[in-house]
Amino acid sequence: MPITPRGFDAMKALQFGAFALAITVAGCSHLPESALLLNPASIERRQVETRRFESVSEADLLAACAAVLQDLGFSIDASESRLGLVTASKDRSAKDSGQIARAVVIRILTGVFTGVSMPLDKDQTIRASVVVFPAMGEKKNNHLVRISLQRVVRTTDPRFVKSEWLTDPELYQGFFMKLSQSVFLEGHKI
Amino acid sequence: MNPRIVKLTVLVAACATFGGCAATRSQKEVLATDQSQVEQRAYQTRVFDTTDKEQTLRAVIATLQDFGCIIDRADLVLGVVSGTKLDGFQLRITVTVRPRGTTQLLVRANAQLQIKAVSDARPYQNFFTALERSMFLKAHEVD
Repeated sequence: MPITPRGFDAMKALQFGAFALAITVAGCSHLPESALLLNPASIERRQVETRRFESVSEADLLAACAAVLQDLGFSIDASESRLGLVTASKDRSAKDSGQIARAVVIRILTGVFTGVSMPLDKDQTIRASVVVFPAMGEKKNNHLVRISLQRVVRTTDPRFVKSEWLTDPELYQGFFMKLSQSVFLEGHKI
Repeated sequence: MNPRIVKLTVLVAACATFGGCAATRSQKEVLATDQSQVEQRAYQTRVFDTTDKEQTLRAVIATLQDFGCIIDRADLVLGVVSGTKLDGFQLRITVTVRPRGTTQLLVRANAQLQIKAVSDARPYQNFFTALERSMFLKAHEVD
């Protein structure tokens, strides 16, 4: 089987992929219509990102949130306790063994012949904002906590930066599990 | 003087001059706007019949979170909330809340997408429609 045509097709595919990535990374110059629109998905996201806590004051709940963020290695960037807000971030590695393995395979199939290689995820900045607010129409110390997570991933090629809203429900479940423990620990002054 | 040295000096001076001009041009972005102040304020601003600044700011925060924004910072006294949405693009939005007379609050939003100001009225209309729902109040356009 001739090697060159296959290598050429793969190179074209790779170039197209890089082009698509560049467009995604550069972003469109116009704001997507859905960027500031509420839809059924927004309501689902709200449910994933929100939990209800009973019989805890807003100040104690916010302190517990800050403690969990610290447990997770975040630095607190800003806070406004009168509005129930804490914002934090952390920088971590973004290296992904699966992605590296895929890149090696693609490199073997194409790069050897073309010199083209895929940019790999290198490091990332993860940002979190936590907001505590009173549960409407409920008892005085019933509150809702909502956390939002985003990340910016830098790659081995400085031209490609990926920015995304983290939507995996497990991340949010994990945070709230730790927050429940934190509320318990803070409540017992541990 | 050696003519080559003179030529080189002129060349360096020209580069420095034009380089300086380029920097000056980009510095003009500091005060640059796409539209008139009046136009901008019209679509970026709404009035709400309430004086509860804290509840309004909390509603702004909730609305921005519904859009998928991280809240970068907020200040109750100043009446400011800033958020960022990352979704293959970077949208930064700042909302200010301040009193208008004795019975109303003025809410103003301004946004930038990547390195350009959002100067289309529709995203702002969408934002205020969502904020109205969150506040259970009607947003009025500024007279």
